[in-house]
Amino acid sequence: MMHWLVEPFQYRFMQMSLLAAVLVGTTCATLGVYVVIRRMAFIGDALAHTALPGLVVAYLNGWSLFLGAVVAGLLTSIGIGWFSRREGVREDTAIGVLFTGMFAFGILLLSRTRSFRDLTHMLFGNILGVSRSDLWLIGGITALVLLVLTLFHKELELTSCDPVYAEVIGLRTDLIRYALLVLLALTVVTGIQAVGVVLTSALLVTPAAAASLLTNRLPKMMLISTFIAVGSSVVGLYASFYQGVSSGASIVLCSTACFMAAWLIRLGRTTIRPQALTAREHST
Amino acid sequence: MFHLPYRQRRHLDPLPGEPVLDIRNLIVEYPGSSLRSLDGVSLTVPIGARIALVGPNGSGKSTLLKAISGLLPVRGGSIRITGHPPGACHHRVAYLSQRSELDWRFPISVRALAMTGRYVHLGWLKRPGVNDGRIVDELLSRLELSGLGARQISQLSGGQQQRLLLARALAQESDLLLLDEPLNAVDARTRAIITTVLDQLRDKGKTVISATHDLDRLSAEFDGALFLDEGKVAQSRQGQYSTKGIQLFGSDS
Repeated sequence: MMHWLVEPFQYRFMQMSLLAAVLVGTTCATLGVYVVIRRMAFIGDALAHTALPGLVVAYLNGWSLFLGAVVAGLLTSIGIGWFSRREGVREDTAIGVLFTGMFAFGILLLSRTRSFRDLTHMLFGNILGVSRSDLWLIGGITALVLLVLTLFHKELELTSCDPVYAEVIGLRTDLIRYALLVLLALTVVTGIQAVGVVLTSALLVTPAAAASLLTNRLPKMMLISTFIAVGSSVVGLYASFYQGVSSGASIVLCSTACFMAAWLIRLGRTTIRPQALTAREHST
Repeated sequence: MFHLPYRQRRHLDPLPGEPVLDIRNLIVEYPGSSLRSLDGVSLTVPIGARIALVGPNGSGKSTLLKAISGLLPVRGGSIRITGHPPGACHHRVAYLSQRSELDWRFPISVRALAMTGRYVHLGWLKRPGVNDGRIVDELLSRLELSGLGARQISQLSGGQQQRLLLARALAQESDLLLLDEPLNAVDARTRAIITTVLDQLRDKGKTVISATHDLDRLSAEFDGALFLDEGKVAQSRQGQYSTKGIQLFGSDS
């Protein structure tokens, strides 16, 4: 058993993939908690999909794929904010229009290229294919996200919980929202490496949603969410190594299983032992 | 000690001789609407007064409180708080919103939510210190929420939630308090606690402006009343209520 677990990591590329899995899991899971409690799941999905044209343009020109995705994601966040400000259209409408438009543009560009092979990694993710420079970028984004979430914890918490009061004491809730969208665009890019454009929002939403079923404390929620995301990424790594199946799909299915388990635990707590739950939550 | 306030303005001192609140011919429209939510409202409030805003739902009570706290833009007329426009001194004005405006399922504890009342003094990056903790704990105990500090906010009763919002507003230690129906649909115990705390505020010389439905106790609990109807000062309705001994705004203008 030990041998089975340790053996893959004799390979250099597996060590790098493991590091990537930990970094991507941490970033997506911690920011994902805000995505879930601020009801931004749709926008997270949209940002992942809109990275596609950026990826294709970067690929065609031989630029860094990551940079292409970051630029496309940032443009979309700004675009969503711009179209939905004032009396334009509702935000979810703006997201719906931009997200499908950008994705279609990506597919159009994609259909003109001859080789799909490199880009399937971007569509469906391949954590085993992470390069050294990708790793540096992912590490940088992880550090930035964790730093911002730590330094501005109280402002992020307050604007999420009670935006009206935040406005009253002079906090610019719109600026904080923009900052969160920029972080989200960056985080999505790391998720793309692990699970691809199509499934990235699962890594943002599912672990955080599972954690939200298990606790009602924000820091604890981030911890559980990270645990689930990192665990799922590592499981996906093994599945990919031993069975040759898609790492992205394995990672997502593993988090989905964790969500189901969390749901059952929650169900057990509230229906079988309601008194025990009240006692426990009151004592914490 | 560093201090980075949320709005990059220096703290402005109250202008001498100015009333706490001076509203003249105020016109407020909600963004995107041409309907006047407030139309020509005037009100001058001296320091330490307790003023009731009275009127049916939709008469503009909440709108007036939101305009004073800087949440809604002023379309016409003026609002001056100790001589300054709204939003110039966030720490000097505390606003208690209606209970329904907050997401009570949010994962935050009772004490942490009360602590957000200190944020206006902390500004960016600074974390609550010992003094902030002492202020919050003292307020939680005054509002009889002491044992509940660690609970998630949805685990409070409606009355306890209302007391929590008041604790947060008081944690701001501001001179002008804007309360949007603090006694709406609360239990008798909460009503008694909040009334006691508001009395203590008067003794400290704080100014309170409160939207209320409770017309029976107007003269017992307030120094003055402003009657609103459809965004205007309602003069004709004032005679219907027992307002003996309190000042009626707008009736002589």
